[in-house]
Amino acid sequence: MGMTMTQKILARSAGLAQVEAGQLIEGKLDLVLGNDITTPVAITEFEKAGLSSVFDQNKIAIVLDHSTPCKDIKSAQLCAACREFAKKHAITHFYDVGQMGIEHALLPEKGLAAPGEVIIGADSHTCTYGALGAFSTGVGSTDMAAGMATGLAWFKVPSAIKVNLVGRLGQYLSGKDVILHLIGLIGVDGALYQSLEFAGEGVASLEMDDRFTICNMAIEAGAKNGIFPVDDKTMDYLRGRVSRPWQAVEADPDAEYTSKVTIDLSALRPTVAFPHLPSNTKTIDEAAGKPIQQVVIGSCTNGRLKDLREAAAILRGRKVADGVRCIVIPATQQIYLDAIAEGLVADFIHAGAVVSTPTCGPCLGGHMGVLSDNEWAISTTNRNFVGRMGPTSSMIILASPAVAAASAVTGVVTDPAKV
Amino acid sequence: MKIYKYGDNVDTDVIIPARYLNAPDEKSLASHCMEDIDAGFASTVNEGDIVIGGANFGCGSSREHAPLAIKACGVKCVIAKSFARIFYRNAINIGFPILECPQAVDGISAEDQVSVDFRTGVIIDETTGERFQAAPFPEFVNGIIEHGGLLKSLKARGVAK
Repeated sequence: MGMTMTQKILARSAGLAQVEAGQLIEGKLDLVLGNDITTPVAITEFEKAGLSSVFDQNKIAIVLDHSTPCKDIKSAQLCAACREFAKKHAITHFYDVGQMGIEHALLPEKGLAAPGEVIIGADSHTCTYGALGAFSTGVGSTDMAAGMATGLAWFKVPSAIKVNLVGRLGQYLSGKDVILHLIGLIGVDGALYQSLEFAGEGVASLEMDDRFTICNMAIEAGAKNGIFPVDDKTMDYLRGRVSRPWQAVEADPDAEYTSKVTIDLSALRPTVAFPHLPSNTKTIDEAAGKPIQQVVIGSCTNGRLKDLREAAAILRGRKVADGVRCIVIPATQQIYLDAIAEGLVADFIHAGAVVSTPTCGPCLGGHMGVLSDNEWAISTTNRNFVGRMGPTSSMIILASPAVAAASAVTGVVTDPAKV
Repeated sequence: MKIYKYGDNVDTDVIIPARYLNAPDEKSLASHCMEDIDAGFASTVNEGDIVIGGANFGCGSSREHAPLAIKACGVKCVIAKSFARIFYRNAINIGFPILECPQAVDGISAEDQVSVDFRTGVIIDETTGERFQAAPFPEFVNGIIEHGGLLKSLKARGVAK
């Protein structure tokens, strides 16, 4: 029987010729990731278990991105614990303030993810690297501790949903609209325990930044991972970033899928998700007019250069509406530099937005943009759960950078084509 | 024992809000458990109580702090129609029992007395006498649970040193 892309990668990591959905395997890891919230718990477990060394200091990445630059004493103490552990074990890929970026934008940029690799991260949005044809998935801190010690992780081989992309995105549409539309179609547990495998002629037209956004939110449909085929755009992205050998996989022609979904990219409308689930989607035509008080443009979902370009194209020469706070967060130092060089940062500041150093901050209600009672935000982040960005009465609408920027200008949810 | 019953898609942000993740010790996590969905939970929950959820329990963030918080409250187990996969593996990895059983979720009322046999996966509603069978764990997973978590099982196997 044929295997999906994900099944082929997992089979190889377990040293098996064939695996099937439901099978439990132990796979070799190419990278183990943690951040300043999940790594301290992993360190505690690592030390409590009396583990003495890491399996490979070059295959562990620790990124201090969630509460940094540190928002309070307790976060500073957690970061200090990460720093000490990284030093003790001579972790090569340790990223502190000054080098760090939001982990899921930073790792691909630094060439730490490549096609066919197996990556676990103690952060649910680790599924982002599927955009490069890797198998990557979110795990917890104990998995991270075990992965750091052994270079192994247990997996239940997932079945897959095939998402066939046809057509081409229209103006003001991007990867965010594709993934929100998909989550709206299949629900927040529509891909539970499964892979989302993207395929079809529509893939070629999607930029890498769109693919990162799409795979990033696979978890919001419950998926174990999202994955794209490797094509010329992937190769262009990898050039100059990844020098080690890697081996891409393709799904077998007779691979089995539990279901197939077709999305016509040409027919999509800008799509947003209302509180309190990413599946609670509406087209911009249904959502337009809802007043908002805060706009966040950034995060591991939408803090990349293409996202900032799309937001700046709308904010350039315009002003953020009275009564609206607009917060822009480039996801890495390199993206920040590129955005400065292209004049995007100036566009944002002239428009009345603030531009921050890379941080996950507001996405999880940490810092740099926490909401007050009954406030509404439109945000390019990935979750609109109860209390995610502030008190339980605060509300989040998830949207693309273009829709978020257009809404910042008018103060209400707005179609970017109508600004 | 008491039952705490919730609906579908109980996410890890309501199980333990991110504002408390800067203090990952068990006592602190337990004191804020379920705060954004059930403000009275942490102050009324007792050792041996059971949490029942609908579909996709534990969705969202990978924070292991979520099953840790529930476990630290003294909760005996979570029974749900289905679990989000990261919560599922986190619970197994820390040796906290979870049971997938849609019939039990529908059949058990919040006022009922319930007993659970983790080895067999049998859930009995002592109030109504109804008996439910949860999906059994694969042998590999049972091994992790019986060793008291992933790291202990890896050490026992000699894989982690």
